[in-house]
Amino acid sequence: MSRFWGAITGRTTPKQANLDSLFLVPSAAVTLQTAAGFIPTGTGSVCFRAPDGAAYQQVQDEVVGLLRDEDDKPDVQVHRDDFGFTWVVVDRVEDDVEGLCTDLHAVNAALEEQGFSTGLLCSLVPFHDAAGRNVGLVYLYKQGTFYAFAPTGPKTRDNLLELQLRDTLAGDLPMEQDLQRWLALWGAPGL
Amino acid sequence: MARTRFGSDLGLTARMTTVMFLLGGIFVALIVVLMFVLPAQYAPFIALIGLGVVWWQWYNSDTVAMKAMRAREVTPEEAPELHAMIDRLVALADMPKPRVGVADVNVPNAFATGRSPNRSVVCVTTGILGMLTADEMEAVLAHELSHVAHRDVLVMTIASSAGIIAGGLGRGAQYGAWFGGGRRDNNNNGVPVWLVVLVISLVVYAVSFFLTRLLSRYRELCADRSGAYLTMKPRALATALQKIAGGMSAIPEKDLRASSAMNAFFITPAIKGVSLGQLTSTHPSLEQRLEQLAKIEAELSRPVDGSAEGPAAL
Repeated sequence: MSRFWGAITGRTTPKQANLDSLFLVPSAAVTLQTAAGFIPTGTGSVCFRAPDGAAYQQVQDEVVGLLRDEDDKPDVQVHRDDFGFTWVVVDRVEDDVEGLCTDLHAVNAALEEQGFSTGLLCSLVPFHDAAGRNVGLVYLYKQGTFYAFAPTGPKTRDNLLELQLRDTLAGDLPMEQDLQRWLALWGAPGL
Repeated sequence: MARTRFGSDLGLTARMTTVMFLLGGIFVALIVVLMFVLPAQYAPFIALIGLGVVWWQWYNSDTVAMKAMRAREVTPEEAPELHAMIDRLVALADMPKPRVGVADVNVPNAFATGRSPNRSVVCVTTGILGMLTADEMEAVLAHELSHVAHRDVLVMTIASSAGIIAGGLGRGAQYGAWFGGGRRDNNNNGVPVWLVVLVISLVVYAVSFFLTRLLSRYRELCADRSGAYLTMKPRALATALQKIAGGMSAIPEKDLRASSAMNAFFITPAIKGVSLGQLTSTHPSLEQRLEQLAKIEAELSRPVDGSAEGPAAL
């Protein structure tokens, strides 16, 4: 019914982000380590679309200030990629995935507070293994699902590993079933 | 409930709904009048054929439009940037990914078509690819994706159904005038049936023409709005529209006429409605569009304090 009404009035309600599933990451990190040998790198990032102007600048200052004021002072960086999306990158000690997720959630909550949660695209938590392979656990905010992104070069990705990790993590996380939605995040921070 | 900055534009919605209501009224009026004028069994039959034509136009809108523009579908390998941009936009909007087409035309333009969001095409011309920056291109794509999400092809096709039937009837009546002109049928007061049908269909066609154009302009404003909120960059759409509008008039006549069949689905029309200006235009004026975008920009950059309620939560 709401879809019909959206078509009639020419107005689709922007999809709100699903923030809660991010807290499933710590248990998935354990599975990744025991079942596949991937350990967290300690970084994590939130990727979103930010508008220009005072409102967003205020959010950014607030979030960065908040994170840097924490007791263990994680390293926080903000930068913009080629597609015009803003990345907030948090750098912590390797084994503190829970603290990392709390930090990422703080970024999300601050954006939501100012009405910008419709701009949240994805969150990325990179892992690596002893063989030097990198894989990013990506959370899609709008779909509320996860997928693994395993870049092997500037424009190549290891699809086999990605599919394999989908099956490995299926018990812990809601995995994205539509392969078209597995965005290629070339040059993402931490990968 | 999460706060949202996507307020509703009640004025626009009200105007648009009124126009759609009038279009529906025209359709019903046409059928009712036909039932009185023609022998009773004809009217539903004509309406059915008309609706069949309308359905066909809508059902095949993607292939027809792509062929009319001589556009071809491109794969992610052929146009990686375009696909990556669209991938991100559809992830943000949580909608199915449309197919992507490129038309080798110098006119800077873009259009979206297809019978449903699951089966749609977003097409850009090589002219627009060369003209816009990445930001602006994304804004244009978001505008086209909004057309898809709003099901504008379906809405506009239904809206024009009265006009299509009236147009067909008008032709049929002229035909009847040549071949059955001598007959007076069962009409006693001397006015031949074909003349009555011709006049009715002309009137319906004319009224429906202006109403669909009006509706089309409202739908464009809606798409601008949703697109700007999706990218959160109303400014990029504004500069894109300005560039395209400027590029339009600088392009030679010949190219413009070649693409006229697709005007209603373009981001800005390739031909200006000169004769009746605003009334017959499929797109709102640049000033109107920029004004709306300026409002959205202001809305997006205004900080809301923690305690107050967000603007018009939906």
